[in-house]
Amino acid sequence: MKKVECIIKPFKLDDVKNAITELGLSGMTVSEVRGFGRQKGHTELYRGAEYQVDFLPKIKIDLVVPADMVPAIIEAVQKEAGTGRIGDGKIFVTDVEQSIRIRTGETGPESL
Amino acid sequence: MNKSRIALLAGLMMILPALALAEDAPVSEMTYILNTFSFLIMGILVMWMAAGFGMLEAGLVRSKNVATICLKNISLFGIAGILFYLCGYNLMYAGVDGGFIGSFGLWAADDAAALAGDYSAGYSAASDWFFQMVFCGAACSIVSGCVAERIKLWPFLLFCAILTGIIYPIQGSWGWGGGWLSEMGFADYAGSTIVHSVGGWAALTGAIILGARKGKYGKGGRVNPMPGSNIPMATLGTFILWMGWYGFNGGSVLALGDAASVIEMSNVIANTNLAACGGMIAAMAMVQILYKKVDVTMGLNGALAGLVSITAGPATPSLGAAILIGAVGGVLVVLAVPFFDKLKIDDVVGALSVHLVCGIWGTMAVPFTDGEASFLTQFIGVAATAAFVLIASSIVWLAIKYTIGIRCSEEDEYRGLDVSEIGMEAYPDFQTVHLGGMGAPAGFGNAPAAARVATTPVRQN
Repeated sequence: MKKVECIIKPFKLDDVKNAITELGLSGMTVSEVRGFGRQKGHTELYRGAEYQVDFLPKIKIDLVVPADMVPAIIEAVQKEAGTGRIGDGKIFVTDVEQSIRIRTGETGPESL
Repeated sequence: MNKSRIALLAGLMMILPALALAEDAPVSEMTYILNTFSFLIMGILVMWMAAGFGMLEAGLVRSKNVATICLKNISLFGIAGILFYLCGYNLMYAGVDGGFIGSFGLWAADDAAALAGDYSAGYSAASDWFFQMVFCGAACSIVSGCVAERIKLWPFLLFCAILTGIIYPIQGSWGWGGGWLSEMGFADYAGSTIVHSVGGWAALTGAIILGARKGKYGKGGRVNPMPGSNIPMATLGTFILWMGWYGFNGGSVLALGDAASVIEMSNVIANTNLAACGGMIAAMAMVQILYKKVDVTMGLNGALAGLVSITAGPATPSLGAAILIGAVGGVLVVLAVPFFDKLKIDDVVGALSVHLVCGIWGTMAVPFTDGEASFLTQFIGVAATAAFVLIASSIVWLAIKYTIGIRCSEEDEYRGLDVSEIGMEAYPDFQTVHLGGMGAPAGFGNAPAAARVATTPVRQN
């Protein structure tokens, strides 16, 4: 099992969600995060004083999937979340040791 | 001339003889009723300004301090009422006789004469007490926003008690209680000096003695903004203040019982409105020119600046003059906000820029349109009030500081007064995450980032 973490621009969430569910996935976890990479931030002004807003709002999608689905997911996310401009985000893939469905106690790939 | 104008002119000519005799004629019951009614209704509008201050301040502080500011605003209004009964009113109005102070004693209504059919008092006692009490509360509200986000609750309320019970009434007696300033011809119709600058001076000394918020000012003159948590609330608060000001200035006609009074009230309200308009637009224009983008909070301050500016003399200016007087206030406030920051005097909501600076301007502007006022007398009033309130409020702040303390700990300031002073959050459903990188050192960042994170609609980029 693999965890696929996608950090994307917030307005792309619907497109990415639809693409993922079309691949057959039935669940995901979404969180509102802030961050920056090469995009950096921008300058704002409040009552005559400038300040730098470095952290920009992003959406993080966490998916735990069977390993064989990962390439399809990466392709789908890149296609839907990409705008061609800086700040499109990143995808990280890590190993998942264990997975349990709380209600039934199923473990492993059946619990996904 | 069309028919309605002829009718109006005829009407005016008919009442003119009556007006000439008005001073000699006994006050009718109807006049008594209408004057009393004016004090009550206009006083209720001024009370509503407390809600305006509360919402404005709540919108301009960070989320972690909102509950505390709400509590401070409503409780200081309660304290003002009680103190004005316990000693404030009589200190301000009882037996001043051209002097410097009234008398100590609980206030009680005495309407025996009116109940017996003699209406020469002009209005009921409690209506006057009520109307003056809400002004006292307004002066106190001004302090709250300036010292927000780092002052302890109970020491602040203690200061409020002394401000409303002693300091405000004593200086108020000079100009409104029949004291030495009024004998000199000092003109402060609704309180640019007596209410607004008094709140301003007390706020100034408080801000200096308290010190700036941690992380607000950096090296090399750097100013780190700490944006407010709720712009809609700040805007609503400003609208509420604007509306309440119709009572603040309109009620200061102090009469409703005859045509002359109600005409004056109409002019006062029209001028009050236009001054706010002038202040708002002038502030917006100034900010656009100086910073290339309009800051909503400065615009709000601009409207209030216009209102404060016209408060000393809303009856005498023409409509155009009222706009100009307000506009100058709007310009002053835009210049004053960064000025106080340069002096490292941390004023969270711009109270000093709005109430102190424009309170002085408004007072000095009166002779431009009021032939009976003089610049010298106005200046004496401004200066005497400044001296008294600066000294008196400093003494009180310092006394409280060196006994029970006025400032919360650094840890509490970081966590927010809501959890540290009163143990509850304004927005308990939102996760508060303190992020540095908003110009302030990490740990002193802005909770509004959290409020924004939780409430940002998902489609925002």
